[in-house]
Amino acid sequence: MNRFSYSRPGNVDTAVGELTRHEGAKFIAGGTNLLDLMKENVERPNHLIDINHLALKTIEDTEDGGLRLGALATNADTAYNDKVESRYPLLSQAILAGASAQLRNMATNGGNLFQRTRCYYFYDTGTPCNKREPGSGCGAFNGFNRIHAILGTSDENPETRCIATHPSDMAVALAALEAIIRVTGPNGERTVPIADFHRLPGNEPWLDTTIQPGELVTAIDLPAKGFPDYYAYIKLRDRQSYAFALVSVAVGLEIENNQITDARIALGGVAHKPWRKPEAEAMLVGKTVTEADFQSVAETILSGAKGYGHNTFKIELAKRAIVRALQRAAKTETES
Amino acid sequence: MTKYIGKSMSRVDGVAKVTGKAKYAAEYSAPDLAYGYVVCSTIAKGKITRINTDEVLQIPGVIQLFTHENRPRLACFDLNYKDQDAPPGSPFRPLRDEKVVYNGQPIALVVAETFEIARYAASLVKVEYEQEDHDTALEHNLHRGRGPKSGVASLLKSPPPKPRGDFEKAFQAAPFKTTGQHIHSVEHHNPIEMFASTVVYEKNGKLTIYDKTQGAPNSQMYVAQVFNLPFKDVRVISPYVGGAFGSGLRPQYQLFLAVLAALELKRSVRVSLTRQQMFTFGHRPATVQNLSLGATADGTLDAIRHDAIAETSRFEDYFEIVVNWSGMLYPAENTKSTYDLVPLDVFTPLDMRAPGGVTGVPALEMEIDELAHKIGMDPIEFRLKNYTEKDMDQDLPFSSKELRECFRQGAERFGWSGRKPEPRSMRRGHTLIGWGMATGIWEASQGPARAEAVLTVNGKLRVTSATADIGTGTYTIMTQIAADTLGMPIEDVIFRLGDSDMPLAPIEGGSWTAATVGTAVKVACEDLGKKLFKMAQKMKNSPFADVKQDDITFADAHIRLKSDPSVAVSLLDIVGTNGGRAVSETSTSLPSMLEQRKYARAAHSAVFVEVEVDEDFGTVRVTRAVTAVAGGRILNPKTARSQIVGGMVWGISKALEEESVMDHQFGRFMNHNLSEYHVAVHADIRELDVIFVEENDTIVNPLGVKGLGEIGIVGMPAAVANAIFHATGKRVRSLPITLDKLL
Repeated sequence: MNRFSYSRPGNVDTAVGELTRHEGAKFIAGGTNLLDLMKENVERPNHLIDINHLALKTIEDTEDGGLRLGALATNADTAYNDKVESRYPLLSQAILAGASAQLRNMATNGGNLFQRTRCYYFYDTGTPCNKREPGSGCGAFNGFNRIHAILGTSDENPETRCIATHPSDMAVALAALEAIIRVTGPNGERTVPIADFHRLPGNEPWLDTTIQPGELVTAIDLPAKGFPDYYAYIKLRDRQSYAFALVSVAVGLEIENNQITDARIALGGVAHKPWRKPEAEAMLVGKTVTEADFQSVAETILSGAKGYGHNTFKIELAKRAIVRALQRAAKTETES
Repeated sequence: MTKYIGKSMSRVDGVAKVTGKAKYAAEYSAPDLAYGYVVCSTIAKGKITRINTDEVLQIPGVIQLFTHENRPRLACFDLNYKDQDAPPGSPFRPLRDEKVVYNGQPIALVVAETFEIARYAASLVKVEYEQEDHDTALEHNLHRGRGPKSGVASLLKSPPPKPRGDFEKAFQAAPFKTTGQHIHSVEHHNPIEMFASTVVYEKNGKLTIYDKTQGAPNSQMYVAQVFNLPFKDVRVISPYVGGAFGSGLRPQYQLFLAVLAALELKRSVRVSLTRQQMFTFGHRPATVQNLSLGATADGTLDAIRHDAIAETSRFEDYFEIVVNWSGMLYPAENTKSTYDLVPLDVFTPLDMRAPGGVTGVPALEMEIDELAHKIGMDPIEFRLKNYTEKDMDQDLPFSSKELRECFRQGAERFGWSGRKPEPRSMRRGHTLIGWGMATGIWEASQGPARAEAVLTVNGKLRVTSATADIGTGTYTIMTQIAADTLGMPIEDVIFRLGDSDMPLAPIEGGSWTAATVGTAVKVACEDLGKKLFKMAQKMKNSPFADVKQDDITFADAHIRLKSDPSVAVSLLDIVGTNGGRAVSETSTSLPSMLEQRKYARAAHSAVFVEVEVDEDFGTVRVTRAVTAVAGGRILNPKTARSQIVGGMVWGISKALEEESVMDHQFGRFMNHNLSEYHVAVHADIRELDVIFVEENDTIVNPLGVKGLGEIGIVGMPAAVANAIFHATGKRVRSLPITLDKLL
């Protein structure tokens, strides 16, 4: 861990100002990921701005019938919030599928969005990683890539190659819910749809998000439509708790008179960001629950998927998980 | 006579542990303590050409950077570096020279005023290498297999048994046969407490070392010999160990580095490893096993072939007993087995809970299950038909073997009779349900040990032996044994361990501590009793003046006449006649080899497991498991149950989750943290049930105990794998059985 200075601003503007002034500074909230990365010498901020005292912890209704989740509300407080549980049970379930109770008590909603990949090579400074050391190469590409991405990877140029995944469960549900991220920066406030918040590795695998230097996430807005009646979050992993998703699927459906009127499907554990494929979702709309072809939807979502050896099984696993999640959301799952 | 032995008792050290009073190696401090942080290599093989020492030394707070270039001269013979668990070969010597022999090798130690500075400085150490090609993949080097070199360790670990009968002929003729290749991954011990040594540099230049170890005398011997110090100047203390599972059987490199720095700096130094560094030394070796079994038409197991190839390092021949178990479990007439090693550019593997046993037995038990299935026999029926009353290879009867009773009681508790024999025959929706079982076995051994028993002036019994308690309950059972032997109330008995100044005990491993140290404690207390009786006889108006030792008994802190217990002298009164001094006796216990060698001695188990497998996803849950153990006399059912449950949990982990994955591009373990190195979490574990089957054994040792450290894990992986076969019809022979193997 490198040496760093520390400050604890009292309001958002001061926090943003401090980040703008200190080159190499980082915000710290729960610290559940950042501190690990600092100990491993992966993150080397020279200044930490502790934002835990900012007034960003509330969860409140928005004027358009949605819900605003404060960036500093903890994952646990969010998952167990009455409004979230009743109106956005998909989000509640996804959050509770992640990490452990202790981590969820510390981790914040804003921090969750910024957590970094759990790629082994990213964490190990004794190996190459283009995300950690631009241009050093990708250890995972020809290495042990069981947990790595199958969609939207960057695998052609060795110097920008990256097959890392985004590890969040919460973000997968937010993608399905089409959440809006509220950001304050040096130039004031702006909003970013969740789909545009995280990015694919492309030629700059070291960038995880589209958030600009100096910007601070202040809240996550959930639109009114929360799919409380027909939803499913399925997470497949190597043990029952405290393991990142090999594949996860968030599904939200709206069904009226047995007919699907809206469908959202987001995948986790398969790409550098939560993965959606609008044309696959469109295949469901207008169909009755019984005539909808879930298998074709799954095939469409996984079209273009590519395995790298150890992770090739994820392609088939993801398809099966999508089918099951759609059945569960549509309440047509065979009783188990 | 046995007021405490055999009773469920809570751990005598439990309160100290849960209240934080129990201190571990990294928690001891000293005035002016300096902190070391280890720099590990990032290549698997080659030479160090440059280390940027000057730059690192300029960081404020950094005291010294030790490398191969500035280390002091040390012992030059391999023998000096051999610890009690050293396999044949040339032990690894940290900072020996510029050569790198494995990835993660300690190549420098930064010593600083704080741990944080040391760690930061270590991150700035830049090492330049001249790399050489490395070879770390066992599966690509099976052709290089060769027999292990013999050495002192081979006395304890017997080589593969000689062939019996004619395997090829019998196998060829067998109407039922099965053949399979079993692949087991590397595992790392990963106890919760990381390795640490706090070396206190005393004013007189002597060293007091708080070390994480399974044998304080082992660490003392290592330090004295490597650094050419008199034994009396090195004291190693290790009262509490936060788990070890075998990793503490050898001194780890932080001990070497901390001592080196303390001696050079003439200052107290602590070196503790990080979780990531816990993946940079011994581990359970990767192993490939080929088994072939043949049975006659009536279900008689007639032919067994068991060949194993395991990895070892280039410098030591670590080996295990993998292929020797079938002769203790099945009376096949025609057998053949081999065990070979492949030296690779890795660190030497190291004993890990049930070393060899939980490798060889699961492979055997999975093939037994497969053969029973092919014959169409119930797995228990097949095992009962092929039950052996003697160790076939040694041609010796068992000192005791209640395995039949384990099958019976375990099956009854589990409800085995309700099992539908056909695979895939029990399902609920997407969920396939499977019931599987397997046998476990582990040798019951006893070594020599010493213990001291002291009756203090205020009538307390203090017993010591330099053994370890790695969380198994040693403190508790020794206290029980001492209390019963001298008829003392348990609250007046204090047992201490983990100090090289105490009477010598061997390293704590192989399930032999209860037998080994337990017997020494018993003998020391008996000898103290004799001494106290003689003193009682000499007391004024002694009621025992003309009484023989056989006619008295120890009860309620008194010596009492057996025929009339009201005739008694209190131990407190006896010690009162000793001129204000305590009465003590130190005794050595040796196993009665002559008697023991006439018998095979082993603990047995029968394990029953239910799994649920999601047919689409390949995810497995162990929903319940029953283990019935025949482990001789059970000293404390509560700590004994914990031992077995712990073994069962690890067995589930091993079967389904646990694996250190090496990237052979770099020859480096990649999932080196507890987030990605998966062990079972609470949510993975459901109902676990333990039965102790009554087993009386007067041969195995004077206490009749067989040790329970390993037997809990041995049978578990095969029972899980067999249950998965029953659920899915898929026989997966490579562990762990992760979901992708069942898709």
